[in-house]
Amino acid sequence: MSSEQPAGENFPRMRREKEKVRQKQENGEGIGWGGQTLREQFESLEDETEETEHYAGFEKLDFKEENPIEYEQMFAQLRGDLVTARETSKEVAATPIVEQEGELCYGLFTPEGDSIAISTGIIVHIHTMSEAIKYMINHDYEDSPGIEPGDVFVNNDTHVGNVHPCDIATLIPIFHEGELIAWAGGVNHVIDTGAIGPGSMNVSQASRFGDGAYYTARKIGEDLELYNSWKNDYPDKTRTPDFLKLDERTRMTGCLMIRNAVNDIIDEYGIEKFKELSREAIEDGRRGFNNRIKKTMLPGTYRGASFVDALYEGQDNLTRAYANENHLMHAPSELHVREDGSFQVSFEGANKWGWHPYNCTPAAIQGGIWVMLTQTVIPNSNVNDGAYYACDFHLPEGSWANTQNTETAHAYAWHFLVSAWAPLWQHLSRGYYSRGFWEEVNAGNANTSNWLQGGGIDQFDKLHAVNSFEAACEGVGARYVDDGEPHAAAIWNPEGDMGDAEVWEMTEPLPFLGRAVKPNTGGAGRRAGGAGFESMRTIKDVSRWLLYEMGNGYMTSDGGLFGGYPAASGYILNAQNTDLEERFENQDDYPQHDLDPESGDFESKIEGDITRRDQGISTPKEFDDYDMYLNYLRGGSGLGDPLERDPEDVLADIHDGYVLPRHARDAYAVVVEKVSDDAKHNSATPGEYELDEEATAELREQRMQERAEKAQPVSEWYDEERERIQNEEELIDDVKKTYESSMRMSAQFAEFYHEFWELPDDFEFTLSEKAERSLENRFKTGFKKKWKNPTKGHETWLGVGRDDEPAVPYTWTAERSIRDLPSPDASFSDMQAGKAMDDD
Amino acid sequence: MPESYPREHIEDLVDDNLEWSQLHDMMSDFKDADRFQKVRDVLQERVDWDDPIVIPYADKLYVVAKSEDDWVIKCECGHEFCEHDQNWKADALINVRDTKEEYLEIYPENMHPHPDYMELREFFCPGCNALLEVTNVMPGYPLIHEFEPDIETFYEEWIEQPIPTPENQSA
Repeated sequence: MSSEQPAGENFPRMRREKEKVRQKQENGEGIGWGGQTLREQFESLEDETEETEHYAGFEKLDFKEENPIEYEQMFAQLRGDLVTARETSKEVAATPIVEQEGELCYGLFTPEGDSIAISTGIIVHIHTMSEAIKYMINHDYEDSPGIEPGDVFVNNDTHVGNVHPCDIATLIPIFHEGELIAWAGGVNHVIDTGAIGPGSMNVSQASRFGDGAYYTARKIGEDLELYNSWKNDYPDKTRTPDFLKLDERTRMTGCLMIRNAVNDIIDEYGIEKFKELSREAIEDGRRGFNNRIKKTMLPGTYRGASFVDALYEGQDNLTRAYANENHLMHAPSELHVREDGSFQVSFEGANKWGWHPYNCTPAAIQGGIWVMLTQTVIPNSNVNDGAYYACDFHLPEGSWANTQNTETAHAYAWHFLVSAWAPLWQHLSRGYYSRGFWEEVNAGNANTSNWLQGGGIDQFDKLHAVNSFEAACEGVGARYVDDGEPHAAAIWNPEGDMGDAEVWEMTEPLPFLGRAVKPNTGGAGRRAGGAGFESMRTIKDVSRWLLYEMGNGYMTSDGGLFGGYPAASGYILNAQNTDLEERFENQDDYPQHDLDPESGDFESKIEGDITRRDQGISTPKEFDDYDMYLNYLRGGSGLGDPLERDPEDVLADIHDGYVLPRHARDAYAVVVEKVSDDAKHNSATPGEYELDEEATAELREQRMQERAEKAQPVSEWYDEERERIQNEEELIDDVKKTYESSMRMSAQFAEFYHEFWELPDDFEFTLSEKAERSLENRFKTGFKKKWKNPTKGHETWLGVGRDDEPAVPYTWTAERSIRDLPSPDASFSDMQAGKAMDDD
Repeated sequence: MPESYPREHIEDLVDDNLEWSQLHDMMSDFKDADRFQKVRDVLQERVDWDDPIVIPYADKLYVVAKSEDDWVIKCECGHEFCEHDQNWKADALINVRDTKEEYLEIYPENMHPHPDYMELREFFCPGCNALLEVTNVMPGYPLIHEFEPDIETFYEEWIEQPIPTPENQSA
């Protein structure tokens, strides 16, 4: 082992490296390779990549081709070291979020910030940490505050490189012979970042100033010692300082393990091989992504749209009066798979950001989509920023997807992010289906909510915050070849888990009264969406305690596929001032579930102030001992016509608690008969049912006939709808505001919308005074950009994509197809749009 | 890692006869290079009509060749929708779920979208009444044309095979 041990003078290797860096600085040399400054090295890499269309100009993979075994050995060793760092260091943490759910990951990065290899875990952050490193380079951190051996940096700023501020990253540079050769980075989700409400992802703030503490790529230590100023700073910016201190030690442990592993690899194989590997692994990842696309997808254009609600009108405890309004996310999603296998994702038409904490930055979107792609396109260990170089993103500036405004709030950016990528699953699935890779077809992911959060004085009489990561366990969308997995994982953590109830109870004063599969949460279909589950919690031994909900309510964000139905949407159920304590004392019945909301079962077993409403978000409100809170975790969407589901499977669904008996008839046209009241199965709803095959066949035939009678030709529907739109009938203000917002953001979407419905050129939806004021207020706010002096590559990254296109080829409007483009880099900018078809 | 699965295996995939362990292996393995051709050939045998399948377009829907340069979207039942680059939905039957009562047929109380905010559009084949797609959109949203495949590039450059025509149909 070559790694330094703290014997005698601490960290001798680091000190030797620091001396070498000092010597280079005295000679006027930078810390980049060959004496370049880091920025020079970064710009040169961007230029070489653009010129050759290969990462860092690596048109050939000499090392891999000439010595494949050694190449794979080195890569596997690095990857293994990263996984080991995660598995070992997570034992340092005290929060179930890290220790139970594994909300932690590590990456090894090039000096320019491109990930070479990653650990398992919340690997969305591989790309967000990458952006944080690029930010430091773009903003001349080499000069101030300096980047030297033994330095420690922290970042949680979303505009620099993060999804939301509760994910805190630690980054340490790794040097060899006075050159920066890599970065080790680790990130984990913390319990509380000191937002205006308790919990890691508060929902009541209108702007960044309620999001909690932001640490912008800050140097917090040198010589592997944290500055006194840092140690005296961050603990007071959170309600859970002890947990955050251990989180920081967790990340430092992992980063130092990675640094040691890199030193060992360099000692064993030599620095030149390490440098070569770090370049070739990324180019290899880029090619691997392209090859996989060409092997499993069809070239062409894929389109979809998703929506989610964030309803704030009338909510209590809002920080600004102007935040008292409803928001709907509109995410038009277009994927171009070009003839060279490159992959371009566009959100053109996305509506304006809002005074809510669900806004996104490019790093959030790219990291988020990237983690999703690792679960379908690149499900292997060769995951790194090569995939990032194979993709272009078009994220309209000023939209919720790319606010370019440091005033916006981002505490739970995932609410929009998870909802927005739902169509991307379907784009990929359509391609896989056409190519015959049916085992890969998947209807989508679940909306990853509810988020049970809050805080106050806990059972140990300490100020505390909670953030239940039961949300890391949701149903999964149906596959073409099988049902979706029930209560399985979350899209942002492929290894997620609901966690042990007993462990949650150790850190949350919220005892479980029940936990069960929740019926009808997965979308109906020939293949059913995976079911979600629910936990009924009460509150015990608290004071000044707040709780709130976060999730979708009026909208379902995940669509079904090929005739399958979307997953169910959310709702809120609480009870306050209850008689639960008396019920415990008298050993009376009390509610353990809300499996069938319309059964009246919950209300029949508890007295108190019951809140039951169809919305998914509530702002913090006070709860006391023996109050109750339903935590409902969502299901995935369905695939295929439900009338084609095997009736025996529907019967099993009833017995397993996935489907309520009445919906066997309504949704699946399956006739069952209850033959016993006894609970004999997994379902929390009692009873034994039998299938009536004959009646089922008859009902299904009848249902098919009814479809034809009830449905109308789309051409007729179109005429009726057009009239309704033209006359603005039956469209509520929230919906019209969303359309207006998208049309003001995007000339292309406006053109598409007008042409589709044959609206006059000057058509605008009539908005209420409040809605009009809200749009004006946000559009006038303009940009407040975080990146002041980006390199050329990053300037375009912030706006429209990495290539030179003035805008992404946008095909929602008119009869134009990516097939008409003369080359992969061509755009439609010079082409005149024709008239849209009414079926466009 | 199979370079190519036996035809029987692909038939079992198409006919839904594979065990989970076999499907799992297929997910984990590297992807076989001739999958498209094999699946296309099996599907061609399964359909009751003779038009050559150019690509499987969606569950039950195909792009088929009527001539060398005329491709249409056709349902398994034989109903023909439109040219391959048009939106088949414009020729479908539609039912819109936009009331609470209609939502409660599929979802329990409290667990369905609010009709003022979202509607479900069910698209059926006019030939066989099969439910082909359900989209969840804000009221007033235009029809979405989900997939425009670039068939020429796919055949000519990606798999380097002739595009099926009624004349060269081999299956």
